[in-house]
Amino acid sequence: MSTAGFNSQNGTGTGQAYANGPSQNPVGLQQLPGVSYGMTHQPTYNPMQAKAPAPPGPGLYPTAAYQSGPPVSSYQSGPAHTSYPPPPGQPLLTRPAMGTPPSHTPPQSASPNHGPRMPLPRATPPPPAVSSSSYYSNPQQQPIAPSWQYNTAPAPMGPPPSLSAPPCGPLANHTNPSSSSTVPPPPTLTAYSSPQPAYGSHSATQPPGPRMPSTSHLGYTQPGAAPPPLNPMLSHTYQPSRPAYGPPPTGPPPLGPPPAGPSPAMTSTPPSTAPPLANVTPPPPKADAQCREAVNSTLSPTEPDCQESDIECPGTLAGNGPQSPNNFNSIDNKMAGLPQPGLPGRHLGHYPSLPPGYQNAAAPHKPTSPMHPTMQAATQPYSQTTQPYQQPHGGPGPAQLSPSLAALSLQSSSPEALRVVNLLQERNLLPPGPIPAPTPCLPQDLQKINCNPEVFRCTLTSIPQTQSLLNKAKMPLGLLLHPFKDLSLPVVTSSTIVRCRSCRTYINPFVSFLDQRRWKCNLCYRVNDVPEEFMYNPVSRSYGEPHKRPEVQNATIEFIAPSEYMLRPPQPAVYLFLLDVSHNAVETGYLTVFCQSLLDNINALPGDSRTKVGFITFDSTIHFYNLQEGLSQPQMLIVSDIEDIFLPTPDSLLVNLNECKELVQDLLRSLPSLFEKTMETQSALGSALQAAFKLLSPTGGRMSVFQTQLPNLGVGALQSREDPNQRASAKDIQHLSPATDFYKKLALDCSGQQVAVDLFLLSSQYCDLASLGCISRYSAGSVYYYPSYHHQHNPAQVERFQKELKRYLTRKIGFEAVMRIRCTKGLSIHTFHGNFFVRSTDLLSLPNVNPDAGFAVQMSIEENLDDMQVVSFQAALLYTSSKGERRIRVHTLCLPVVNSLSDVFAGADVQAMAGLLACMAVDRSVTASLSDARDALTNAAIDSLSSYRQSVLTIQQPGLLAPACLRFFPLYVLALLKQKAYRTGTSTRLDERVFAMCQLKYQPLAYAMLMIHPALYRVDDLTDEGALNINERTIPQPRVLQLSVEKLSREGAFLMDTGMVLYLWIGRNCHPNFLTQVLGVPSYATVPENLYLLPELDTAESQRIRAFIGWLRDQRPFFPTLHVIRDESQLKASFMQNMIEDRTESALSYYEFLLHLQQQISK
Amino acid sequence: MEAAVFILSLVDCCALIFLSVYFIITLSDLECDYINARACCSKLNKWVIPEMIGQCLSTVLMLVSMHWFIFLLNLPVAAWNIYRHLKVPMGNMGVFDPTEIHNRGQLKSHMKEAMIKLGYHLLCFFIYLYSMILALIND
Repeated sequence: MSTAGFNSQNGTGTGQAYANGPSQNPVGLQQLPGVSYGMTHQPTYNPMQAKAPAPPGPGLYPTAAYQSGPPVSSYQSGPAHTSYPPPPGQPLLTRPAMGTPPSHTPPQSASPNHGPRMPLPRATPPPPAVSSSSYYSNPQQQPIAPSWQYNTAPAPMGPPPSLSAPPCGPLANHTNPSSSSTVPPPPTLTAYSSPQPAYGSHSATQPPGPRMPSTSHLGYTQPGAAPPPLNPMLSHTYQPSRPAYGPPPTGPPPLGPPPAGPSPAMTSTPPSTAPPLANVTPPPPKADAQCREAVNSTLSPTEPDCQESDIECPGTLAGNGPQSPNNFNSIDNKMAGLPQPGLPGRHLGHYPSLPPGYQNAAAPHKPTSPMHPTMQAATQPYSQTTQPYQQPHGGPGPAQLSPSLAALSLQSSSPEALRVVNLLQERNLLPPGPIPAPTPCLPQDLQKINCNPEVFRCTLTSIPQTQSLLNKAKMPLGLLLHPFKDLSLPVVTSSTIVRCRSCRTYINPFVSFLDQRRWKCNLCYRVNDVPEEFMYNPVSRSYGEPHKRPEVQNATIEFIAPSEYMLRPPQPAVYLFLLDVSHNAVETGYLTVFCQSLLDNINALPGDSRTKVGFITFDSTIHFYNLQEGLSQPQMLIVSDIEDIFLPTPDSLLVNLNECKELVQDLLRSLPSLFEKTMETQSALGSALQAAFKLLSPTGGRMSVFQTQLPNLGVGALQSREDPNQRASAKDIQHLSPATDFYKKLALDCSGQQVAVDLFLLSSQYCDLASLGCISRYSAGSVYYYPSYHHQHNPAQVERFQKELKRYLTRKIGFEAVMRIRCTKGLSIHTFHGNFFVRSTDLLSLPNVNPDAGFAVQMSIEENLDDMQVVSFQAALLYTSSKGERRIRVHTLCLPVVNSLSDVFAGADVQAMAGLLACMAVDRSVTASLSDARDALTNAAIDSLSSYRQSVLTIQQPGLLAPACLRFFPLYVLALLKQKAYRTGTSTRLDERVFAMCQLKYQPLAYAMLMIHPALYRVDDLTDEGALNINERTIPQPRVLQLSVEKLSREGAFLMDTGMVLYLWIGRNCHPNFLTQVLGVPSYATVPENLYLLPELDTAESQRIRAFIGWLRDQRPFFPTLHVIRDESQLKASFMQNMIEDRTESALSYYEFLLHLQQQISK
Repeated sequence: MEAAVFILSLVDCCALIFLSVYFIITLSDLECDYINARACCSKLNKWVIPEMIGQCLSTVLMLVSMHWFIFLLNLPVAAWNIYRHLKVPMGNMGVFDPTEIHNRGQLKSHMKEAMIKLGYHLLCFFIYLYSMILALIND
């Protein structure tokens, strides 16, 4: 609310625009933070950040502000915020303390926070500087002339009035927010009166602004003082553009409209400047700091973010946004200006930038400015970035820093995220390391306890308020989950699990406690009672602090469920192995490896004393193994009637592992030799599955199927649908959908009986994975595919099979699981991706759940989220552990709601979007066609970028512009188009394609991203610089290179990590030292053709690279094979196909793709 | 003769109306989570072909009795029913597939379709009723 108030103040200045601001209070809040101007920022921050600060004081949730705020209308929350803000705000105020001019530093720092202080600060010089920036923002956001004019007018007015007015303004604002937070109109009215004040503030800022601009200008144009260097960073873009325009065109026009304004401004400027100057002296140091910050801006997200967010907010909000940005800008300007006292006129320049029309003018000006032409495009972004910087400036004082930092952290994502990037000109987009998930723009205390992005991630970290806003943004909205990830969690044992009585949501950190005895659900807003037991906190052993309970302190938690959560006694761990023993299978030699792995790990199978195992083998007949206790050796029972399958001895086929371990081990030792001589080539997989289903259906459990050929006998027989000659030439790929519904039906039967089927496909032939895969997809199993598996010819695959089988056998497992995904009222889930059966609208049936499974859902906004500040999502996974415990794992994610398009863009999580788009494209490929899916992928990039260009960018520059947070989007889309699943024109086996599709849907995002966009490292010059130290092993961290052949050099060696496969490419002129020290060969020519293991040499180079590869492998649940390749290697083609940025015969290069996008966007 | 044709159509139309209502009830049961997707789809898939036959029957009746307007009114719906049945992908379990029905808003579109058909059948019902009475009077 306070922000709103601020807005109103500003708004008053702007007039209608502001009015909008206030009306949009919620938005205003967000924006305001961004705006930060003095007041607005603070307020906004307060709302957002307020929580953070507030918590410390009052205690996290409990206290009202947060609680009251979130649940109900935004307005309410607003007020709550206001309440919060006071604490933060006040401090700020104090700092600004009006700034005690002495401390410009304080003012600066304050400036962001200042919202409340504003008036005071304004009195101080800083505000003026801000004003100029504010103009920018204003124009950008709202082209509306009036607002702009207002701004300008105020600006002129500003300095003098500002001092007097500002105080009023703030006050008015504050009052407004609180009193009329909901009512936009009143603010507007007041705004008018107040607007002037606001303007005044602006103007005040302007006066300083002039200096600021001047400084900035100076920096560019003139070397200026020492400070300039700093300034350049900050102001580059602005300054050039702004100064150029501003002064000449804009300045005058704006002034014109508000007659009083201009002249005053003019007059005022000098005075103001003078004070600023005085102030300035202190700032310089800050400026430096700012500069550094600016430099680091990219590096240090938090600060920039805050600033950015502020900026964004302003931008988005027509009225409010601009002001707030202005504030930032002004601050920046101040910063910049401080060093260079000087050019008052330039403020005007700022103004010009604001109005759209001006923008055009600006463009020309920019050229004039010596700076970078490219910068022009980026001007806005820069300005934004600068703003962030500015904030830091503002907060030079250590004391100030902490609050301002808090604010920053809250807004962190926005500032940097919205920096405009011209993709056509930025060649080196990739950061040297992994790309972190964006941080939602939440109050710090909420964000601190929010769910880990590895577990729960949303494509938009700022949820749009309405479906129409979402449609406008043209970005997919969805969640990506990895719910059963191996984690160490707090586990709660409690006889009653506290849940909402109407929507059954589990109590979580984002609920609000109305008082000690009642809590309000954050999903449906029902008020519930706190049960007596919940009053006692087992952690602190204290009574009466329900908000300190672990359930309310952890976004991820596990409950041990009482008996109400059991429909039947928890099932034992049951494992059934279904082994193909046809001639083909024996040829591959997998049976030996399987039996050996199981023998090795038989004691590590998760389970308890009730664990059961069973074995079935099949070729054209089905063989059961009677392992009943008391037998001297396993007894094989052959059923040849595959049409009407029956179980020969139902009781003794699944046996207790502990009681019959000897027999099981006997069987495993004899199995490989049992079928050595078999000549049976047929495979009756369908019947074997039916038999296995019958065997498992009384208990449920896990069925592991090992298949090596196309099932061709009995039910579920399939025919080869692939024409190898069509692989590369076919215009459209056929047969991506199943050929029969047999496997799907069986999977649903399995799902109903809590049986999951995991499929291991080891085959060199076409196996119709599209049909077979259904058995796993709908029973929540997993699919493993080992193309060209052979125990002699393909040792790399054998190693992979061994390692993955070990992980498979010993990993954690949950039985008879269901997962429900709930979201705040108004949001609904409409599509699910992953392996499971959707039993009802939000309930996923997961007969087994394993730690390596990822899920994705798409959401829509059914009702407007008008009065909400945050929304929450909760995924609750109920499962039976292998020890027979019923457990519930609950993840809760909380995200802010925004109502402006630029905020939506600022919150985009490009990796999550790529992951979700990949899932959507799989669906599209199956239901429509592959070419449809490819078009849809391309269109996704075109739509979101053109929407950004049309709706968010106010300055239209040539080039392909994207916000910084989406800068990888075209790259990922292109990578998807070249991914095995979607590529065309290159020979891709149908099974491999289908498997790639399964993987994209099934893998958690972190692994899916590697499959989409592999990582390339140079490894011949690994050093310990920046290395990680894990378990006393030093793991070098080479930087990630772009996927382009231009990055390869004949003198080097490169490692490409595609998730499932690692390629070590050796350049022809690779340093002999590397060859001898790492590969153990004397020369390039002697590198073996099929090298898949690095020799364990006792050299530093060898240890480094093996440590690095080992580390890469340890990070994932599957085992990527390593291939050492040379120029002549067969695998070179598959290595080169991953060079996504390069042109291939059938696909565009990255640059061409960008040009294509640009062409489509500008249509 | 004319009256007999319309009486037959009327009976057929009543059956189709009941079928539409049954579809709507079952789908809304699924929406409200009273039954699971598998049960719902197997119930509904059973009636897809009877519905198609019923619709084709009245279409053919109108064609044979040369009521062109009503024939043209019936034709698109009959064609849609046949098309819908034929375009079911091989791997699916019918027009209503339990694994797909919760995806991509299919449940909603099925519901919408059932509603539209209900309205259409009601309209037909009154047309047949009117025509039947007219035919009886003329006799």
